[in-house]
Amino acid sequence: MRYLPKSPADREAMLKAIGARSIDDLFAPIPAEYRLNRDLKVPRQMAESEIVDWFRERSRENADGYATFLGAGAYYHYRPVIIDSLISRGEFLTAYTPYQAEISQGTLQSIFEFQTMICELTGMEVANASMYDGSTAAAEGVMMAARLTGRHSVAIARSVHPEYREVLATYAHHQGMPLATVPFADNGRANLNALDKAITPDTACVLIQSPNFFGTIEDVAAIADIAHKHGAMLVVSIAEAVSLGIVGPPRQADIIAMEAQSFGVPLGFGGPYCGVIATREQYVRQMPGRLVGQTTDRNGKRGFVLTLATREQHIRREKATSNICTNQALIALMANIFMTIYGKVGLRELAKHNLAKATYTAQQFGKHAKVLFSGAPRFNEFVVQTSEDPYAINGRILEHKIVGGLPLKKFYPELGNAALWCCTEMTTRTTIDAVVGLVAESGRSKSPKEEVDIQEVVR
Amino acid sequence: MKHVTRKATRQVNQNEGLIFEKSSPGKAAWKLPPLDVPEVDTAELLGSSERKDLGNMPEVSEIEIIRHFTRLSTWNYAIDLGMYPLGSCTMKYNPRVNEVVSRLDGLANGHPYQPEKVSQGALRILQTLSECLIEITGMDAITLQPAAGAHGELTGLLMVRAYHESKGAPRKKILIPDSAHGTNPATAAMVGYAVENLKSSARGMVDVAALASQMNEEVAALMLTNPNTLGVFEQEIHKIADIMHAKGGLLYMDGANMNALVGKVRPGDFGVDLMHLNLHKTFSTPHGGGGPGSGPVAIKKILEPFLPTPVVIAKPDGTLGFEYNRPRSVGRVRAFYGNFGMFVRALAYTLANGPDGLRQTTEDAVLNANYIRKGLEGVYDLPYSTPTMHEVVFSDKVQAKKGVKTMDIAKRLIDYGFHPYTTAFPLIVPGALMIEPTESEPKEELDLFIEAMKSIAEEVEEDPQMVLAAPHTTRVSRLDETAAARKPVLRWKPAS
Repeated sequence: MRYLPKSPADREAMLKAIGARSIDDLFAPIPAEYRLNRDLKVPRQMAESEIVDWFRERSRENADGYATFLGAGAYYHYRPVIIDSLISRGEFLTAYTPYQAEISQGTLQSIFEFQTMICELTGMEVANASMYDGSTAAAEGVMMAARLTGRHSVAIARSVHPEYREVLATYAHHQGMPLATVPFADNGRANLNALDKAITPDTACVLIQSPNFFGTIEDVAAIADIAHKHGAMLVVSIAEAVSLGIVGPPRQADIIAMEAQSFGVPLGFGGPYCGVIATREQYVRQMPGRLVGQTTDRNGKRGFVLTLATREQHIRREKATSNICTNQALIALMANIFMTIYGKVGLRELAKHNLAKATYTAQQFGKHAKVLFSGAPRFNEFVVQTSEDPYAINGRILEHKIVGGLPLKKFYPELGNAALWCCTEMTTRTTIDAVVGLVAESGRSKSPKEEVDIQEVVR
Repeated sequence: MKHVTRKATRQVNQNEGLIFEKSSPGKAAWKLPPLDVPEVDTAELLGSSERKDLGNMPEVSEIEIIRHFTRLSTWNYAIDLGMYPLGSCTMKYNPRVNEVVSRLDGLANGHPYQPEKVSQGALRILQTLSECLIEITGMDAITLQPAAGAHGELTGLLMVRAYHESKGAPRKKILIPDSAHGTNPATAAMVGYAVENLKSSARGMVDVAALASQMNEEVAALMLTNPNTLGVFEQEIHKIADIMHAKGGLLYMDGANMNALVGKVRPGDFGVDLMHLNLHKTFSTPHGGGGPGSGPVAIKKILEPFLPTPVVIAKPDGTLGFEYNRPRSVGRVRAFYGNFGMFVRALAYTLANGPDGLRQTTEDAVLNANYIRKGLEGVYDLPYSTPTMHEVVFSDKVQAKKGVKTMDIAKRLIDYGFHPYTTAFPLIVPGALMIEPTESEPKEELDLFIEAMKSIAEEVEEDPQMVLAAPHTTRVSRLDETAAARKPVLRWKPAS
């Protein structure tokens, strides 16, 4: 086996040194009746070239080379090549959690920089590095609010990612934490009157997402006022991190639970991604996850260490703020490098491109279908309602190697034939024009002139 | 310092500031293509939601970024540089082909919501890995959704709870041995269970008599790590399982130490009802400075109705798909399907090994741990003489007489070119030195490690002050952790 660095002679010499007759002696503690005396039924040992071929086949079966209009919590942004050059360095890739600070300063300093940039972007005072993903970060953010307020229920906007809400329901179930769902208004934002009514004296927090699942930017200030008026906290989930380049951060929030996938992390069929929790300094001791702090060594030299570990499971066991141990460190490093590359100016320009592409696409769609929730500002996603079933539309589009928007029937049956469309800086005008034409095809019989336009576009 | 290190140490002393300290207006490492749609008026579109300024975000060029992170990387120790004997963490070689295949376009750029019709490659990976892991663990079904070991524990206990609820009541307690990882009790608390401690026997194993007396109809499950954190196989595992099952309880296995068992024995065969695996330990996916991990949970048939949604199924037309309609499911534990990129790597590892390679891997891991034990026995105190599997736990009892503790020995080990072992864990061994070499170490590296440890033991006798001041060769010396926690500085701020 090519990963094993021992010759038969080495093994013999080692067994002899130990005083064992054979390797079986070392497995004697396992009761004989349970020992496996056959080969595992897994595929035979493969050569590296065979492994690469096998996965290439799988890659080809997986929408390889398709353009996509899917977002919904997973965004297709350009990944500058130096991200992979740098994270592939063995010193980052093959290191453990930086418990031994003297030989982990690289990881520790980079996390410190990550925490700083997340604070700059979110307007919060402290940030951890990291949580599993945006959904579990949101659930843990809510648990944190419950600990801080001593209250036990939560009001959650229906415009929060449906899968995030499912995860929160799973986490909250055994904490005896009732969930109240707040409907959305005609403009796609959380319904403020309904929100006001949904908050009780036992509401620990309000959870919203902004931009929300429909791509609409919530009125965070108004929601914060309502939550705070009732003594509840505001937890804001951010699923599309690139929005922070041009959308004002939810500074009025008490806790921000974000997904940093948009910052240079591949779509990767849903993971690994990178959750982050950011909050105010006064709440840091109830925060879950790892934190890096600056300190000095015995000679007064600046250095970094994992800190405030008394919140964590390895010290506090059943009284810890969370059971989280392994997190998403390498993915946080990807996000860190991405933020460093785009920086102060680039991130705004990148976000502006996203906004421009989505605005153009929504305008084009508007000529043939109904774009919902136009009464509030949006970032790079929007909901389109059609007369035709979006699954049928997507089937037609797929033949052109384009993946259409996410049909919303499963999550929001009340919206009828609606789909959530996303554009990023990667979406080209050619693809946009083609797809708008294909969507419009359902109305073809009505407008013969349009048919000609569509054919031109597809060609 | 009369002892010479034979293994090369490497600590670059090049200074490298924070990235913010290199920033200046006008520098850039990015370039966007020309916008092919009309420009937009951001103020008009976003109104008061518009952001005008990104504060102290850095402005640097590409070469500066490359140098910055490359220099930082040289301050890290890594498996690629040498032995990383962190007990219980299984720091094994991370094969590079895993990295290559996980970056293939269709896999790296696959969107989790793309139609199943064009996701057959990803689904086949999920299915093939599931089949391999079910066979390796001897279980009946699996969920790949949990993002890490602790997340797997959470998922597992949610299923335990749902199972007992289906029988009438969720029960109240989880039994956890005093040698367990901290994640076990923390998880039990998150699922609304009380934790009851289970004392270890004088041999470092579960005290079966104590278990029998503590087990009753209030106990939902026992969370057992096997081999346990002493690296000891629970020899009376069948009795343990019988005691749990006789009173309707379940046996949960923390699979953190599965590297000692793969291909040699299957937990499903010795009475385990459910268990999690750490793909970032046993199945070679990189630790990356603390993650990502992946913590699949394998289960027996009785728990299948409670699996998190969605589950991969074969459809009538022969293609694969996701099934969401599972009314008895515990629900969803994270968005999408889990850390898919780790599944690709774990499967590539399994294919590279095959049945013979997996078995040899386990044998080598156990051989290495026993070789170290033999080499250091008598030099360091061995609190439990029970046979060792994949890791060995010594204590600092001898060295503590000179005022040198396990952490001091660990820091001195850095000067010899090794990453420290796990210190001060498990909690049942005061001053523990927990050493797990994994299968990835050649005999030469093990010999150097044993030599270094012996040499440090001599230094403790001759010059304990020198050991207490270690490490001596690193970029920074021991850091003031107390000050860091007392007045936390958790972000950079510009000098005002």
